[in-house]
Amino acid sequence: MTRLLGSGSLVVALGVAIYAALALLAGARRKRTDLLRSGELALYAVWGLVTTATLSMVYALVSHDFSVKYVAMVGSRATPLFYTVISLWGALEGSILFWIFVLTSLSALVTYQNRDRQGTLVPYAGGVLMMISIFFLIMLVGPANPFGLVSPTPADGPGPNPLLQNHILMGVHPPLLYLGYVGMSVPFAFGIGAVLSGEIENDGWIRLTRKWSLVAWMFLSAAIIAGMWWSYEVLGWGGYWAWDPVENASFIPWLTATAFLHSVMVQERRGLLKLWNLNLIVATFALTILGTFLTRSGVLSSVHAFSEGPIGRYFLGFITIVLISSFALVAGNSERLRPTGNLDAAVSRESVFLLNNLFLTAFTITVLVGTLFPLVAEAIRGVKVSVGEPFFNRMTLPICTALLFLMGVGPALPWRAASGDVVKRQLLPPTVVAVIALVVSLVIGVRSPYALAAFSFGAFALAANAREFIDGAAARRRAHGESPPVALARLVGGNRRRYGGYIAHLGVLTVTLGIGASSTFRAEREATLKKGETMAIGPFTVRLDDVYRRDEPQRMVLAAGVTILKGGREVGRMEPRMNFYPTQDQPVPTPSVRTRPAGDLYINLQAFAQDGSNATLRVIQEPLVPWIWAGGMIVVLGALVSLGAGLKERLPARAAVRAPAAPRPATAALEEAAR
Amino acid sequence: MNWKRATITAGFLVPVIGLLAFGLTRDPKEIDSPLPGKPAPGFALPVFSPGEGKLALAVGDTVRLAEHKGGVVVLNFWASWCLQCRDEHVELSKTARAFYDRGVRFYGVLYNDQESYGLKWIEEMGGQAYPSLLDPRTRTAIDYGLYGVPETFLVTPDGRVAYKHIGPISERLLSQKLDSLLRAGTP
Amino acid sequence: MRRQVLIVAAMFACVIAPVPATAQRDTGRVARRIETAADSVLEARTTALASELRCPVCQGNSIQDSPSELAQQMRDLIRDQLRAGRTPDEVRAYFVDKYGEWILLTPKATGFNLVVYLAPLAFILIGGAIVWRTVRRWTTAAPGSPADRTSSR
Repeated sequence: MTRLLGSGSLVVALGVAIYAALALLAGARRKRTDLLRSGELALYAVWGLVTTATLSMVYALVSHDFSVKYVAMVGSRATPLFYTVISLWGALEGSILFWIFVLTSLSALVTYQNRDRQGTLVPYAGGVLMMISIFFLIMLVGPANPFGLVSPTPADGPGPNPLLQNHILMGVHPPLLYLGYVGMSVPFAFGIGAVLSGEIENDGWIRLTRKWSLVAWMFLSAAIIAGMWWSYEVLGWGGYWAWDPVENASFIPWLTATAFLHSVMVQERRGLLKLWNLNLIVATFALTILGTFLTRSGVLSSVHAFSEGPIGRYFLGFITIVLISSFALVAGNSERLRPTGNLDAAVSRESVFLLNNLFLTAFTITVLVGTLFPLVAEAIRGVKVSVGEPFFNRMTLPICTALLFLMGVGPALPWRAASGDVVKRQLLPPTVVAVIALVVSLVIGVRSPYALAAFSFGAFALAANAREFIDGAAARRRAHGESPPVALARLVGGNRRRYGGYIAHLGVLTVTLGIGASSTFRAEREATLKKGETMAIGPFTVRLDDVYRRDEPQRMVLAAGVTILKGGREVGRMEPRMNFYPTQDQPVPTPSVRTRPAGDLYINLQAFAQDGSNATLRVIQEPLVPWIWAGGMIVVLGALVSLGAGLKERLPARAAVRAPAAPRPATAALEEAAR
Repeated sequence: MNWKRATITAGFLVPVIGLLAFGLTRDPKEIDSPLPGKPAPGFALPVFSPGEGKLALAVGDTVRLAEHKGGVVVLNFWASWCLQCRDEHVELSKTARAFYDRGVRFYGVLYNDQESYGLKWIEEMGGQAYPSLLDPRTRTAIDYGLYGVPETFLVTPDGRVAYKHIGPISERLLSQKLDSLLRAGTP
Repeated sequence: MRRQVLIVAAMFACVIAPVPATAQRDTGRVARRIETAADSVLEARTTALASELRCPVCQGNSIQDSPSELAQQMRDLIRDQLRAGRTPDEVRAYFVDKYGEWILLTPKATGFNLVVYLAPLAFILIGGAIVWRTVRRWTTAAPGSPADRTSSR
């Protein structure tokens, strides 16, 4: 029976995980190989059991086994198969099951990959991962048990939340988010493991931690973009980011992780910022748990909030243990994390990275304080206040501008020291580009200071990062006579970490451009049209053809058939809809989006007449929005390129032939000479 | 392991935990209305459902809050699409009839709905004892700081909002409030 | 070295300093053009004001963004009040009177609320000072020797 298999696996997994944690931690502390070995096997066993439970749940969902509590909550015979499968993560209990599945999978992978590594770092890390798993397993066996019995067995269920059945991106965003979020547990475990094992004194552990941070960061970046895309396509207001508490919860750890990915380079090269970096790693993980707590405890109201219940108290206990034990452990060991190097000069890439960290952390503080402030205000003043989009936009845009500037300065300045001549020579071309961009923006009618700043600083950073590719490829062509594509490929291949980073920068700039343009040049019109009537927006004419009804198994759809004309010619048909679900008071609107590289045409059905004679449409022209999604993919590409460097390190046969993949201090001098 | 530093760090984190614990005791969806204690916003709304018996008014008549000085008024905002409004419907009518002779006037106000739907809903629900009013452009609802339906307001004889109830209200609670209002003039 | 720092800092300051100053006039949201038949100036003012008020029936959306009926009615009300000559402050005060401070998407910058505005600024100033001090220390310390005891992170 699915239910017994599922809940039984989880109970056993909890027991085995407790054993695994004890064996790994005790074995590492006492250097007992037998305990380490059995602990490792126990860890794999936990993964196997959790996978069994997860597959059981998927089976129960697909086979509509309504005797299982979770299936009775979110399942329905009318729901299409795809949405039935992804309802695994649609509600609280299922999402925690999915969490532990990802966590144990990553734990097993990390342990297996590093099974031959000397030292006690990996066992300690495994122990930490198991302790985290124990918490989630306790919840799954206790208050958040998805395998409870429902008796008598209902014939059918209500189906997932209608908002979660409207778009296929619902199958993309949560898995990416979990891989990113849960993925941050791994660098955390390595960090704690390094402290406990003593490896914190030398820097071998930082490479492993950095790679896993990059992997988790990559998924988290993709998840945030996918989440923006989902909310844009589904929620009907034509926006993609509202600074909702749960959006912020996914964004804040991303900020600290980004800071870490930069400052870790300073640690690798100069032996500085060790304590800071460890704190960043711990903070990133703590913020993911905080974010999960905020989402699932009902403490803050948000679009996303899952159901409330006793979960909140369990999470509070977990957060308390995580925060106090990890930060106290790091603070207590801070003397072992003294800097072992120095800076050559104040004006250098290292300093830019320090400023980068300063602003990214300021960004983090701004969003974190803003998100939690309603709670603080209520505690102190007893009054409920809101902290919403206008606040966050106003407070974060200056910081973003500063970061854009740094994104241009960083690649331009060399490591170690930059003379005044170098600074001027390097920064002059991007500055010229920035001024041109500013002039162009003013000419085409941009007046908002934020937009002007975004465009000109963005152009500055774009020029600085693009130059790296252009100059580098040109140098190769001069030296080896290669064609441009080959030169580019070999350039990137010769130093994947660095050029992967620049590609990621270009991705972020693409996203910035998309956001800047779609905010500044957005046009919106709302009108009630009778059949056959038209309205104009930009170069388009929108004509309402008919209003019709369609019955689907899980819902009733009311749609407006709309034709788009451009210059008198018909160029497309769109169908904004309202979906009526039996369980909902109000219908769920589904906007229709026509995507082209230059921008989207976005139509939402606001209201309609009962007799189908007219409909109220809200039409929005959103320039360059697809560039946001494309930018996200470029960021992921950059991360993959950068991770490719790590791959090479594991293949010693190739290492002798090519230049070292990871920049080392010795090669910094060579790079400097090349400038 | 430097225990002093560890303990100090732990100490700094305690307020954060405290804040989150406090958060668990609050419901972010419960927002206190600033209205109780303040003068009740005036309105002049037309009757679309007359009510029954001696409580009835003519359809099309205008009801003005100002004309009710000296008596208690119960204002209930509802809609035909509101599921929770069904829970309180019968009890509201019952209480309305019970308190009519003591000078309490009940009025329903239709919120974001069409007159025909409202009338149909009343018919389906077996009638409504007191008159219901139309609120064109939702001005009165916004004046009363409405978050949704159902919401019920109690207005004192001197024209102030004594109490705002969110969600379906029970006969017992309503009677209790009305009794104390009528006795003392303020709850 | 000092000159290099000054050059870069001056370049940066020149371009970023005006941004916060001009930001005071901005409503915090780039105004969107809504093309309607009515007076476009009135529309712009309505949009700006509606973007600052929270929709009571949605989850965090502004009245401007929310597709709900109540939000549409509230936008109409704002438009009517502005047309009748009320100032944005008066319209805001009306809504706060009815719904409480909660309805403002940007907290009133008075009293305890100032914390949420000043915390980031304080962080940048203090953090900047720490960065400055740290860079000085790292550039004057002899290579290879452990730096001075630090209690900062």
